[in-house]
Amino acid sequence: MLKNSMRAKRIIIREEYCMGCRLCEVYCITQHSKSKDIMKCYRGEEPRPVSRIYFEEKGPISFALQCRHCDDAPCLYACLTGAMYKDKKTGRILHNADKCVGCWMCIMVCPYGVIRPDFEKKKIASKCDLCVEAEFPACVEHCPNEAIILVDEEGNRMKKD
Amino acid sequence: MKTEYLIIGNSITGVSCLEAIREVDNKGKIIVVSDEKILNYSRPLISYYLGKKLSKEKMAFRNKDFYEENKVELLLDTQAEKIDVAEKEVHLDSGEKLKFQKLLISTGGKPVIPPIEGLNKSREGVFTFTKFQDAREIEDYLQANDITKAVVLGAGLIGLKCTEGLLKRGLKVSLVELADRILANTFDRKASSILEEALQAEGCQVIKEDTIIRIDSSRGAIKKVVLRKGKDIPTNLLIIAIGVRPNLNLVKDTSINYDKGIVVDDHLQTNIQDIYAAGDVAQGKDLLTQKTSLMAIWPVASHQGKVAGLNMAGKPTKYFGSFIMNSVELAGIPTISFGITNPPAEAKNLETLSKTDEDRGSYRKIVLRQNKMVGAIFLGKIERAGIFSQLIKDKIDVSSFKKDLLSDEFGLLVLPTEYRKHLVQGEGIEV
Amino acid sequence: MAKAKKLSEFRVERDEEKCIKCQVCVRMCANDVHTYDPETDTVRADSFKCVGCHFCEDLCPTAAITIEYNPTQTKENAHWKRESIYDIVKQARTGGILLTGMGNDQAYKNYFDHLVLNASQVTNPSIDPLREPMELRIHLGRKPDKIDCRLQMTEEGRKKYQIRTRIPPQLELEVPILFTAMSFGSISLNACKSLAKAACKFGTYWNTGEGGLHRDLYPYAHRAIVQVASGRFGVNEEYLERAAAIEIKIGQGAKPGIGGHLPGEKVSEEISHTRMIPIGTDALSPAPHHDIYSIEDLKQLIFALKEATRYTKPVGVKIAAVHNVAPIASGIVRAGADFVAIDGIRGGTGAAPTIIRNNVGIPIELAIAAVDQRLREEGIRNQVSLIAAGGFRSSADVTKGIALGADAVYIGTAALIALGCHVCQKCYTGKCNWGIATQDPYLTKRLNPEIGAEHAGNLLRAWSLEIKEMMGGMGINVIDSLRGNREQLRALGLNEVELRLLGLKHAGEAW
Repeated sequence: MLKNSMRAKRIIIREEYCMGCRLCEVYCITQHSKSKDIMKCYRGEEPRPVSRIYFEEKGPISFALQCRHCDDAPCLYACLTGAMYKDKKTGRILHNADKCVGCWMCIMVCPYGVIRPDFEKKKIASKCDLCVEAEFPACVEHCPNEAIILVDEEGNRMKKD
Repeated sequence: MKTEYLIIGNSITGVSCLEAIREVDNKGKIIVVSDEKILNYSRPLISYYLGKKLSKEKMAFRNKDFYEENKVELLLDTQAEKIDVAEKEVHLDSGEKLKFQKLLISTGGKPVIPPIEGLNKSREGVFTFTKFQDAREIEDYLQANDITKAVVLGAGLIGLKCTEGLLKRGLKVSLVELADRILANTFDRKASSILEEALQAEGCQVIKEDTIIRIDSSRGAIKKVVLRKGKDIPTNLLIIAIGVRPNLNLVKDTSINYDKGIVVDDHLQTNIQDIYAAGDVAQGKDLLTQKTSLMAIWPVASHQGKVAGLNMAGKPTKYFGSFIMNSVELAGIPTISFGITNPPAEAKNLETLSKTDEDRGSYRKIVLRQNKMVGAIFLGKIERAGIFSQLIKDKIDVSSFKKDLLSDEFGLLVLPTEYRKHLVQGEGIEV
Repeated sequence: MAKAKKLSEFRVERDEEKCIKCQVCVRMCANDVHTYDPETDTVRADSFKCVGCHFCEDLCPTAAITIEYNPTQTKENAHWKRESIYDIVKQARTGGILLTGMGNDQAYKNYFDHLVLNASQVTNPSIDPLREPMELRIHLGRKPDKIDCRLQMTEEGRKKYQIRTRIPPQLELEVPILFTAMSFGSISLNACKSLAKAACKFGTYWNTGEGGLHRDLYPYAHRAIVQVASGRFGVNEEYLERAAAIEIKIGQGAKPGIGGHLPGEKVSEEISHTRMIPIGTDALSPAPHHDIYSIEDLKQLIFALKEATRYTKPVGVKIAAVHNVAPIASGIVRAGADFVAIDGIRGGTGAAPTIIRNNVGIPIELAIAAVDQRLREEGIRNQVSLIAAGGFRSSADVTKGIALGADAVYIGTAALIALGCHVCQKCYTGKCNWGIATQDPYLTKRLNPEIGAEHAGNLLRAWSLEIKEMMGGMGINVIDSLRGNREQLRALGLNEVELRLLGLKHAGEAW
């Protein structure tokens, strides 16, 4: 059966431990670069990918927000092209940049405001993919204070190794 | 022929419906009837096709294996001609009768053609713009003729997207609109004027508070349009895009209730059991007014399709309603609008906040009703606009963060802590 | 020269080849060392502000930052060391008492480093802790002089022993290491939580210091030793009721004879509530308890507290190790204390005058030996448990401390290092980048108590395993058998007086 409402792994935010260092963004950008190498990515790679994280800070409170991979995701309803889709195996909400025309319907409906227009590249939407190409989301792996953690489909914490 | 589920219409509503059915029922037979010749395509993308931004293949919103994977029988180029409510069957143009257990009517809308003198005589060079076929015909017409100028009647969403497509191809376009501004339904005067300026800079002539009263043609081909205020515009291409209305042909002579669109209940069922309607043809609940209204927009169509599908497959699901919203990029300016954007001056209970940032080319407006958001406009800078849609939907009292609503740093952090934590740490939101 | 440059202790080196200008260092340094200049797109460092906490270095994703001692060669000689010169310069400019944090950093003789442990060879078997049970469990509290134990016959005709002596209240520890007194105020609530959690998980105790018991720490209160100190901050009925034991604080190794001072700016709403003082007021702990001028006065307080808790909890007394420590400890035992905590000259602090910290008190090794010896001689060693504190750095130090005569050991600095502390000694500034010695909400969140508790717990685990290994080597399988077992120790390079005071033979001497 095709389960559109299947749950994805999730990144849980624990704002009380977010130090505001923004290393999550550094590693998000690196992970989504061509080379996936921090030095190459930051020193010379053009265009540098946009961060898929929205970092918010106000006074001492801060957190890193990325796509929540909703069970019933509004962006799926809004997408005109089918570029936004739910991965049937993992439940992740993924985005196919080739199909995206940059109509920004997803941005209009995302209640977390975590889909970013990537004007630099070619006007496509950019969002967290839970690091499909890596086994573990880069932001979670590198958060020095475990302010963002990964939980599996049942809500159990997942740790790398 | 018999089927468990019959879906009339293969656009996003029909497709969402069949996906939803398959989430619940993996076996029941599904037949989709489509009057289109191609597998599926996204109607809002036809302007991209016209503007040569997308190829025909890329207009599909589901791939070619989709119907097979979902075990759906798709009848293309087939017209449903009649619904026999009593017998629970649909008559096709082929003469075949399809018996169904559950039926979804998602026949969408059809363009409104105003009574214009001379329209009937000049079929060549006059088009509507809602279907792929329309775009295709315009494309062929442009290829066959040396066209440099076009007139678009109606500066609503369709008219503007069409205008943009034509501008992209290097045509000069005259845009004729009856209202005092473009996108009158979704924008206020300020937002419209910014876009009008940008359009004009791209070679579009915007004519407001006027309309076409006569078309002059020679040998059946359009030569010129005459406006009410007396002006003539010579042209070989006219696009009529003053709006769409629900395509009610199928229900007109049946016991299915309709008003402006097919009237549906909270489960998107019509007054007849087992017959559902969704998408542009249906008249569903408006979250802001709590009444039913027509809401011909893509996200509502796909959401209604899904809810209808779940109900049809036996999983009772309520449709909580929606509100009008749009995301349009015109002349390189992205815009997003929600709900009530242009409250009439006499509406005393509505409060308006706005901010213009000339340097960054952005304009923002928020409309509040008793400290709860009921509408917004974002022009130029649209990032994070979706948060506002949730504020409208959740009817959040904004008094504690009113001053931050228009700030560039607006984000979840300005929201009340409890609500923010609910959003961020919750199980994911419900649509 | 009126406007000389400030003195820079460290040098912040940035490898421009590696720096990616992510500005993590800029955002993270509480001392504003790093700044980003958008005009030139460079990150710069003001080394003068660096305290050497290495937070930026640890976070830098490309290891572009190195913090090193400023290699500039201030002319120093055997007498005029760099520190002395710098201290004078600072005082010449400020005219104030110099403050510092953490424990004594002077190069006094470290007796632990002159002690070696024994091991079994041939004539007695060593024990493999992986194969045989090894017990580190101890009980802290007053032990009766003798146990009246009667053999009885049950109705079924079986023999049963009945202990008739009333056993005073005891604290049961799974490992002879406790977390020493560090108040909420001197350290962050997250630091308190980390230690409290670890103590509960591992079956030992933590100490509130004179900071009161914050409500978030109630879940860990059953393993808390609560302090009653000269300021009486946070002391109320609930505080005493929730605690496992009570400790009257007379003195502290880092600043014997000196009171405490938590500046008003650190007295936040939470601290104010916990300490029961108004927000923003200085929390001043007087140097003496104004109701304790003698052993007799102390006895009154001990029994007032025992009375208040209906003799259900051990009540102990903490003093700094000073010249007269042995007779004072004896008096404390006779005043009714169930345990005595002695804090040596290397004991840490959140803030103390440098001159006091560096010059007052005696090393804990000598104090343990002196107190243990004195109490034995007086025949009252069993009446009290002896907790040693002040600079314990490793499981070897703990083992040696117990062999010298301590029942258990308090660790403070070692526990904080487990939480991230880099011993920069700037606790008193309130700008601890590691979120430990600070109340700044920007900084306290940097210490995730889940991680903190895990690390502090790991430290306890690691040390326990090592202690078991050392005990096994000596052929001892119960830590009680090591206590005061000075034959297991030998001294290296100590003189006759030191050997006598420590009650040790020199290495090379047989039993």
